[in-house]
Amino acid sequence: MSDQKQPETPKKELTCSSRRGFLKATTALTAIALCPSLITKAAQQHADERLAAFFEKIPLKIEVNGKAYQMETEPRETLLDFVRERLHLTGTKKGCDHGQCGACTVHVDGIRVNSCLTLAVMQEGKKITTIEGIANGDKLHPMQEAFLKNDGFQCGYCTPGQIMSAIACISEGHANSPAEIREFMSGNICRCGAYPNIVDAIVEVKNGGMKL
Amino acid sequence: MINFDYIRMGSIASAVKALDKFPDAKIIAGGSNLIDLMKRNVMAPTKLIDINPLPLKYINKTKHGVQIGALALNSQAADHELIKTKYPLLSMAINAGASAQLRNMATFGGNIMQRTRCTYFYDTTMPCNKREPNSGCSALTGINRMHGIFGTSDVCIAVNPSDMNVALVALDAKVILKSAKKERTIAFADFHKLAGDSPQLDNHLQKNEMITDIIIPENQFYNNSYYLKVRDRHSYAFALISVAAGLEMDGQNIKKVRLAMGGVAHKPWRLYDAENFLQGKIASQQNFEEAAKIAMKDAKSYGHNDFKLALAPSSIVEALLKASHLS
Repeated sequence: MSDQKQPETPKKELTCSSRRGFLKATTALTAIALCPSLITKAAQQHADERLAAFFEKIPLKIEVNGKAYQMETEPRETLLDFVRERLHLTGTKKGCDHGQCGACTVHVDGIRVNSCLTLAVMQEGKKITTIEGIANGDKLHPMQEAFLKNDGFQCGYCTPGQIMSAIACISEGHANSPAEIREFMSGNICRCGAYPNIVDAIVEVKNGGMKL
Repeated sequence: MINFDYIRMGSIASAVKALDKFPDAKIIAGGSNLIDLMKRNVMAPTKLIDINPLPLKYINKTKHGVQIGALALNSQAADHELIKTKYPLLSMAINAGASAQLRNMATFGGNIMQRTRCTYFYDTTMPCNKREPNSGCSALTGINRMHGIFGTSDVCIAVNPSDMNVALVALDAKVILKSAKKERTIAFADFHKLAGDSPQLDNHLQKNEMITDIIIPENQFYNNSYYLKVRDRHSYAFALISVAAGLEMDGQNIKKVRLAMGGVAHKPWRLYDAENFLQGKIASQQNFEEAAKIAMKDAKSYGHNDFKLALAPSSIVEALLKASHLS
């Protein structure tokens, strides 16, 4: 348990030789601190952002709801922003944007994740399913039906995330009792408090043995 | 989020080479902690090294225990038959942490590297020695009910937030660390460090190293294991106190015991003295209470977390009672 002597923390690099370093150095705060008026002006006009956009696009091959996309993404774009802002699939909701509420839950290769805490660029070659991808044409997914039937929502904002999470909860094998469902659905917050009805909906789908 | 360079690595060799070349780069695996911190500008790496394609997702039974790749998912381990039956303490601890979605993202390596959840570390408008060395510690005299009671320093009282880490330290795990030049294996108990006067460093991992494996030696605790987590919500909340208890029983006698706590220190906290006391003794409430008293020696609280001085020993007793099936 003895704590060894710690290595020194190297001093922060200040050089702007790299492309990224240059781009960083032209962001507004640094520019104001350094104050060459040209850079400040460029930053104000978001020239740095445009430069970054020009340099930073990374090709991304991704499948969303069965449709293959060949797009470009900048590294900081989250999967959530990618599906909402780029693919205009706005069923997936941005709640807290920090992995605390579950409104952004989607399936990546069949497992549920918080799309706000993963980068689109990390999903190269992956298959994503969002709330828009679970119905079969006009026929709702059994979990969607069950949420309607059991009043599993009030305002509906958390519902896409709840439904994506609920489907996975059953397929993961963690819906064997109401207590287990509550535990394994705890990553989806519902501020209207529809929890009892959400649990009922999941129990119903589980007991119905409906194919997910 | 400030933008950054992104590179994706296909092999361990190329990943450690990249670490050597870019010492300020950060590895990204699940991203569930790092992306959160980057969004809040608590961390702002200029380069991310994505190691997800690396072949480190296994959970393998070995001659002397189990070997887990750094990219194995937390949910994968918690639901793994071998882990559930032979290392239930680990399974219980993992399932006590985060949410199902986050456990589907969080890897073993990433969970080990998880940073503190001290609110002042997250709040970039407040001083924090861990985030900004020598800026001061806001928690010392601030709202510190989540904070440490063991091994704290006068510059940082933050705690390690992981549940998995508490189980790993109790189970005598080891970690394999790789750099471009060498590989070393260290005890998990020696991986994390106390804050001391360098709270900006959570552990002893060098900048050019990455975690590749976690090794858990075989043990006989599987019939008498319990992970107790006390928190503000029933689920999906960080621990105020957690206790990992593993017992190997010989009738009424405790043949071997492992005890560790979470939510109390800058590192997962093994209760060595309490273990030594219990070794060879009868499993009884009285002995457990005595062990808890021993474990609490040198505990120090900071105001809002005074309650931990009472909650911690009763949690130790409760976990031991549960592990020994006395309650």
